[in-house]
Amino acid sequence: MTTVFQQLINGLSLGSIYALLALGYTMVYGIIKLINFAHGDIYMLGAFWGYYTINFWHFNFIFALLSAMVVCAAAGVVIEYFAYRPLRHAPRITALITAIGVSYFLENGMSYLYGADTRNFPQVIKQVNYDLWGVRVSNIQILILVTACLLMVLLQLIIKKTKMGRAMRAVSVDPDAAELVGININRTISFTFALGSSMAGAAGVLIGLYYNSIDPLMGMTPGIKAFVAAVVGGIGSVPGASLGGFLIGLLETAVQSLGFSAYKDAAVYLVLIIILLVLPAGIFGKNVKEKV
Amino acid sequence: MKKKMIKRITGIAAIAMSAAIFAGCSTAKTTSQGNDQTGSTVKIGVNMELSGAAAGYGNQMKQGIQMATKEINSKGGVNVNGKKKKIKLIIKDNKTSTSTSASVAAQLANNDKVNAIIGTATTNAGTAAIPNETKAKVPALSPSATDPNFTLQKNGKAQPYVFRACYQNNFQGGTAAKFMTNNLKAKRVAILGDNSTDYGTGLAKSFKKQFTGKVVDTQYFSAGDKDFNAILTSFKNKKVDAIYAPGYYSEIGLIIKQARQIGMNVPIVGSDGMADAKLVQIAGAKNASNIYYTTPFSKTVAEKNPTAVKFMKAYKARYHADAPTFSALAYDSTYMIKQAIESQKSANSVKITKGLTQIKNFDGVTGKITIDSHHDASKPIAVEHLNNGKVVGSTQIK
Repeated sequence: MTTVFQQLINGLSLGSIYALLALGYTMVYGIIKLINFAHGDIYMLGAFWGYYTINFWHFNFIFALLSAMVVCAAAGVVIEYFAYRPLRHAPRITALITAIGVSYFLENGMSYLYGADTRNFPQVIKQVNYDLWGVRVSNIQILILVTACLLMVLLQLIIKKTKMGRAMRAVSVDPDAAELVGININRTISFTFALGSSMAGAAGVLIGLYYNSIDPLMGMTPGIKAFVAAVVGGIGSVPGASLGGFLIGLLETAVQSLGFSAYKDAAVYLVLIIILLVLPAGIFGKNVKEKV
Repeated sequence: MKKKMIKRITGIAAIAMSAAIFAGCSTAKTTSQGNDQTGSTVKIGVNMELSGAAAGYGNQMKQGIQMATKEINSKGGVNVNGKKKKIKLIIKDNKTSTSTSASVAAQLANNDKVNAIIGTATTNAGTAAIPNETKAKVPALSPSATDPNFTLQKNGKAQPYVFRACYQNNFQGGTAAKFMTNNLKAKRVAILGDNSTDYGTGLAKSFKKQFTGKVVDTQYFSAGDKDFNAILTSFKNKKVDAIYAPGYYSEIGLIIKQARQIGMNVPIVGSDGMADAKLVQIAGAKNASNIYYTTPFSKTVAEKNPTAVKFMKAYKARYHADAPTFSALAYDSTYMIKQAIESQKSANSVKITKGLTQIKNFDGVTGKITIDSHHDASKPIAVEHLNNGKVVGSTQIK
């Protein structure tokens, strides 16, 4: 029984990272119907930013986390401005291919500049393990879970309670009508990218601290899995992305603990296929009929 | 107008491409006797994983090769039949891709007319390059492709132009199996191997075959994975005596860290892919206790080997870090080619091939190397023991 609880903890800490990443996918998709494949690489940028600021500027953890969020937000806005904005009225597939291009650019650019080697992330917070009825929980796992939940609540508040949030929702429903009532579409979209990317930046620093290992290609697989999480939760839906992230984390852990570790990625993609066949709008997604 | 342009451009491109293909054919024909050494240099091609999944290893090897070349050239070069010739390196990136590796091998052998090739880092990329190397009769020496079948043809005979400077898997996996039974007295062992490389799966298989105790569970991960908590928790639940983890330091370091964090203190035994200073950095010095790995190149063994001492000092002076295994293997590969040229008194690629088959008791950084009839490098093996992140001992296994 303790093993089950232990695996539950493992799954939740993994899932909270997927959830943070999935939020970025889902918000960007919600607003401009673009699957931003470069999102996983923003997360990598966040991890590297944390690595450099902690090592060379001796930032503490909170400061490294916040600055990584700001820097990644800026990176997201810049990418949107240069890569996606010129293609706003181009066919969707063009923007999608551009997103893949941006992803490769970031991965290989970082490999070129900083080397493809794995680096160890500075351990600014000393790990302490707590024994709760035979289940081992580390302070870092708790930190990840709490930070992720806080950020998700904060995001939900921004979307539901602020003026900018209302603008975001308006643009996602009908950009043309939103523009007619005086919403600045470009600024709203930039803001969405900034929000999503800052979540990815936070996830990058958290993951660096948790696993103590970062490399330029670290965003590839988690990025794709977070995308699956966003689809499972219902792409475009913010609570859906959080739930999807946790589900994927738990699923992966369950598959591994049952002894099928070699198939854990396959299980995630199988879920994607099943969801797309059975429940194409995802768990929280609304089935919107598109008028042609 | 625009459409016409595009049509014209594609037409030209098609002609150019077919011309390139035919050009490839004609050069392939003229190399029936291998590539002769021309001018004042010996050309060595490097077919290496400089980007993509195995870039970390490939770049370390590049450093080893460049260091060896610089040393050789600063002493005047390679002695080709009484004349000193400098080595010219032609380094090409195969992007850790099998198809790119095959075309890189063809370019090196046919266009650049290299006399020998060093590469690749991985078995998969290396195997893809074999047909082109064989056709051009240019030997390829891989510093780190460990699959037993890599140097063998389907009929069990050695590939005539393919060599390696490292162990093959059966030898290394068997050594680990013996060590776990005899020295660690482990009876219940779990295997956690890297299934994204032939290296990891090959070692896991050969260990399983040769281990006399009970293999309780075999699990796999792929390169780049970061979370092993779930697998380790289930191992803990199965009460294993030890874990055999064949793979590379980037993942094994994480496995060590996470195993110790969930309170699993059993010995973790791995392979030479772990022998890197980064392992301890990733795992954390406190966690890196009760760790063992089979290795040809170990710091403690190296301290008694003058060639290795010299190499490690030179490496540290140049790159400000402890020399990793891959650099050592690549460094040895370069010197093995030099020895082959000097023993044959010729830098013709076919002659170098012959020279490589005759290497015996070559005094390398990674031990005394002898190329056997399967073109494998046989050399002594040791098991290194880590405690608190430091190498505290090494055991010779016979």
